[in-house]
Amino acid sequence: MGKSVSIQSIEAYKIDSAESLVLLRETLLADQNKTVKLVNVCCGSGCMSSGSEQVREAFISGIKGLELEDEIKVKKTGCHGFCERGPIVVVGPENIFYQHVTKEDVPEIISETLLEDRVVKRLLYEDPVTGQKCFHENDIPFYKKQKRIVLKNCGNIDPTSIEDYIKVDGFQAFAKILSQMAPEGVIEEIKLSGLRGRGGAGFPTGIKWETARNVSSEEKYIICNGDEGDPGAFMDRSVMEGDPYSVIEGMMIAGYAIGASQGIIYVRAEYPLAVHHLSTAIARATDMGLLGHNIMGRGFDFVIKVVKGAGAFVCGEETALIASIEGKSGRPKPKPPFPAIQGLWGKPTVINNVETLANVSRIILNGHEWYSQIGTATDKGTKIFSLVGKVRNVGLVEVEMGTTLREIIFDIGGGIQGGKDFKAVQTGGPSGGCIPEELLDLPVGYESLAKAGSIIGSGGMLVMDEDTCIVNIARYFLDFARNESCGQCTPCRLGTKQMFNILQDITRGKGRPGDIEILLELSDAVKQGSLCGLGMTVPNPVLSTIRYFRKEYEEHILEGRCRALVCRALIFYRIKDYRCKACMKCLHACPVDAIVGAKWQVHEIDQSKCIKCGTCMEVCPKRFNAVECVTGKIENSGDKGE
Amino acid sequence: MDMNTEKLNKILAVFQGERGGLISILQRVQEEFGYLPEPALSLIADFLHLPQSQVFSVATFYDNFYLTRRGDHLISVCQGTACHVLGARDILETAENCLEIKTGQTTPDYKYSLERVACLGSCALAPVVLVDNEVHSKMTPRKVKQLLTEDIDDRKIQA
Amino acid sequence: MNKVSLNINGITVKADKGATILKAAQDAGIYIPTLCHCPDVSSIGVCRLCLVRIKNRRRFEPACRTIIEEGMVVVTDDPEIQRLRQVILELILSDHDFNCLLCPKSGQCRLQELVNRIGFNEHRFSRLEHVAKDLPIDTSNPFFDFNPNKCVQCTICVRTCHEITGNDAIDMAYRSYDLRVSTFADKPIKESVCVSCGECMERCPVGALIPKKVEHPTREVKTTCPYCGVGCGLYLGIRGNTIVRARGDDESPVNHGGLCVRGRFGYSFVNSPDRLSIPLMRAYDEYAKPSSVVEVTEEGRPITLPLVKRDGKFVEITWDQAIKYVASSLAHYKGDKIAAISSARCTNEENYLFQKFTRVVLKTNNIDHCARL
Repeated sequence: MGKSVSIQSIEAYKIDSAESLVLLRETLLADQNKTVKLVNVCCGSGCMSSGSEQVREAFISGIKGLELEDEIKVKKTGCHGFCERGPIVVVGPENIFYQHVTKEDVPEIISETLLEDRVVKRLLYEDPVTGQKCFHENDIPFYKKQKRIVLKNCGNIDPTSIEDYIKVDGFQAFAKILSQMAPEGVIEEIKLSGLRGRGGAGFPTGIKWETARNVSSEEKYIICNGDEGDPGAFMDRSVMEGDPYSVIEGMMIAGYAIGASQGIIYVRAEYPLAVHHLSTAIARATDMGLLGHNIMGRGFDFVIKVVKGAGAFVCGEETALIASIEGKSGRPKPKPPFPAIQGLWGKPTVINNVETLANVSRIILNGHEWYSQIGTATDKGTKIFSLVGKVRNVGLVEVEMGTTLREIIFDIGGGIQGGKDFKAVQTGGPSGGCIPEELLDLPVGYESLAKAGSIIGSGGMLVMDEDTCIVNIARYFLDFARNESCGQCTPCRLGTKQMFNILQDITRGKGRPGDIEILLELSDAVKQGSLCGLGMTVPNPVLSTIRYFRKEYEEHILEGRCRALVCRALIFYRIKDYRCKACMKCLHACPVDAIVGAKWQVHEIDQSKCIKCGTCMEVCPKRFNAVECVTGKIENSGDKGE
Repeated sequence: MDMNTEKLNKILAVFQGERGGLISILQRVQEEFGYLPEPALSLIADFLHLPQSQVFSVATFYDNFYLTRRGDHLISVCQGTACHVLGARDILETAENCLEIKTGQTTPDYKYSLERVACLGSCALAPVVLVDNEVHSKMTPRKVKQLLTEDIDDRKIQA
Repeated sequence: MNKVSLNINGITVKADKGATILKAAQDAGIYIPTLCHCPDVSSIGVCRLCLVRIKNRRRFEPACRTIIEEGMVVVTDDPEIQRLRQVILELILSDHDFNCLLCPKSGQCRLQELVNRIGFNEHRFSRLEHVAKDLPIDTSNPFFDFNPNKCVQCTICVRTCHEITGNDAIDMAYRSYDLRVSTFADKPIKESVCVSCGECMERCPVGALIPKKVEHPTREVKTTCPYCGVGCGLYLGIRGNTIVRARGDDESPVNHGGLCVRGRFGYSFVNSPDRLSIPLMRAYDEYAKPSSVVEVTEEGRPITLPLVKRDGKFVEITWDQAIKYVASSLAHYKGDKIAAISSARCTNEENYLFQKFTRVVLKTNNIDHCARL
């Protein structure tokens, strides 16, 4: 403890050598032991919108009221990934995991758990299968099968506190390379680890770095791509919000490896909290001397700035992202030249995704041998997926490469909501494809998913059940693609639009025989003809759904049937006259007065007025169950009786 | 406009000498004025020595820039994948009906603007609606109606 | 030494190092369809019609941007490429207001040429939605119109305005299928910084940018622009006895085909009924000798006669009278009392004679010329 005496004020402490970092860490850890109890309130975007800020304030004021500020510390942490269960509060030292905590629950948690060491059982997670209550995060099936490397700090540390990060080995990897490794050695380490880009394309990170390293230039840049545009993916957001220092450290290591002294983090404007946390983290790191000139006395200079995007999905593409940073419209340029050779301002530039960079410090610290043991022979490490849609446990999951889709969806995700049947899983967002049930045992990996007509992409994983219409999903993605196309090359600008039109026709009952073939031909042209990665991949949702669910397309086109009862033009509501009790509920609820009837007179829907909003079905008392939704031609659905 | 020119010049002064600052400048100016007035675009072009047509090209390329006056409150309805499968389309339609405007429009009294947004990254809480900077999660058409009618009443009282 | 040899469609072709596949192919007489390519400006490879297959490359590459390499094996046409091009062409047509019968560009339109060369699949084409884009036609410019409904977004005009004229009056605005050529704030061209040089119009491959009045010449006359001292090379297109078009001479070392607004559009004076084909003399009553003046009739005047202005009207006089009058008037001034100014609209020979006259007859060196660049 003698050493810690030399640190007068942590606020003003400067890290000017590797030793001073060690000293600070030891001091902080020693301080930490003094704290008896810890309340970690998740303040990720998800929990915040569920009211975690009020929960945190309730804890602070409650503890203040008891004058226990010195014994119980309340901490703001990043995202746990289980956002659907938010707000999440973890109460130490036993780390009891409370979910759906409201500010009204706080006094009880304080009096029971914090003061009496008793558990508030009703706030625990209950396994829906076994009915068992889970005390700790790791007992919950959602977390059990995960392997958290990138997300290990998220939810455990205060994302804006550099001290918290240093306590969990923060900047140790950076100190290690600075004092022990040559840039070439760092690149070799990353190459051996087998790390591949987590942004979508899966390009080996080490080779990208090596390419940029080998170009001689006075100026080089590291760009962190935080323009997470894929709808349905939010892992980068969580990492930037919950563990910003990991991203910064990854950039510093990358900067050292390629010989860059400037880093830029490009963040979507839709992520204000990420921008805030990253900016705070950069400012703190700069104050401490971890960014700036002659870092740790080793002659390495590095600065980072945050650039906010302005709302264009295509800016996730490397060359478009560079154009955007240069202040231009984000229109991709043909490659070559590759950014690693000629990028930002014409200088060698390495662009890495947030998740990729967050992996870097872990690899350096634990060695490539450790990292390459995780995953499969071809795909190393872990990947974070954002598991969304009709799955029971919605949230972020980090799994080892090679985990099967079934394990992710059923073991971690807890299966389908409401006991419905699984239909398909869409991976990789607008660039990915739909994978049907028969391929659920596919281990996730770059090549394995590509073979199935999809991609890992940024890691969106949308689970669909029998109530999801596959043509509607394809239409949805093409709607996205046609709006987000930058417009400069013909196949993408006009091809996506025409594909959307045909899909729209099909969902509106205006499909024509032969449409599937035309869709395939258009997809092929857009895929092969487009200039950038966006156009090359956006037909995937159409191609994969036609490949696995052609039958459903045909039903729409030839029979006018939408089996999921989603496409409004193909469904209609009707009242089963033998079940209707003429209660007038639906008649009053109908927003367009399409229901005729009266008290004691069985109701009927006037199809010419009906807008198919489903309100009548919603309000019809369950015990009557008189409203049904049917699809297909009216004449062949006249079955009576149960 | 003089007051505004002064404000604008103050913003521009901060960016003196910064490379590639166009997008950051547009963001700052929009923060200040709520949208990008045409005279401001001209001034920005002059300041950066860029052709005016290029500034216009950039301002129209990105979704987040508006060239017409917006409402005081921005209502963004997420149309991300997760929100979509859980009924985001109905949410948007309900919002359109409540505010009596189409997506992308502003109410005549400049109180509200309605936008669709590709994804807010709050997928676990789908469907979500963003009112200014506040996320409203697990929305249903009924909740939207409640949310927007409440605000509309407020508006009437204020007016 | 600086030649690279490559194989295109099974033929060995030699081309200059650094050339594109397109250039090498064209020089060897091999056709590759293009739309957004224009040799005068940089290539951006966005129309995707010139995609070719290159051995050992994963994807098709645009011929207009891909630099040739030694030993490269290129296929410019096969059934797959053919189909890809057809689909792309169908997509372009589906977005194009193709009322060719009423289009002044008909016959010289690149799209028509492409349809002839590539063809399209009628069945597929008829399934595509033909959106009748209904954007307003910009007729504000006095010399040319812009019809965005015919625009194919090749961006040649934008690149021309940026790279050749350096004026940046237009750029590509908006995105996705809304992408379009636009001035600042979507203003009419006339209100933009456009200098009406017409370079963009000259290069537009389709009927989106067309002159106000289109008449096809039957013959062309090579000449020099009479407007200023630059002396741009020029071809005047003639129909009957009338100039209907002017275009820059690509071979002229002075302007390499470029022209300004005057050279390109300012030729109507030649056939103007107001034009005088003889020197115009300006004189007022007090100077004119009544005996030598013929009163002008109300009905009109033969324009081959010199005129004198009297009471604010022109009156006809003969050449002899005019020359006598000028000579006698000039006789009052000699040496440095007088200065002479010549015109850029005169030929070199006329200017030469005029300075000779000034120096030798008027005995002064006070001679100047209006254009000097």
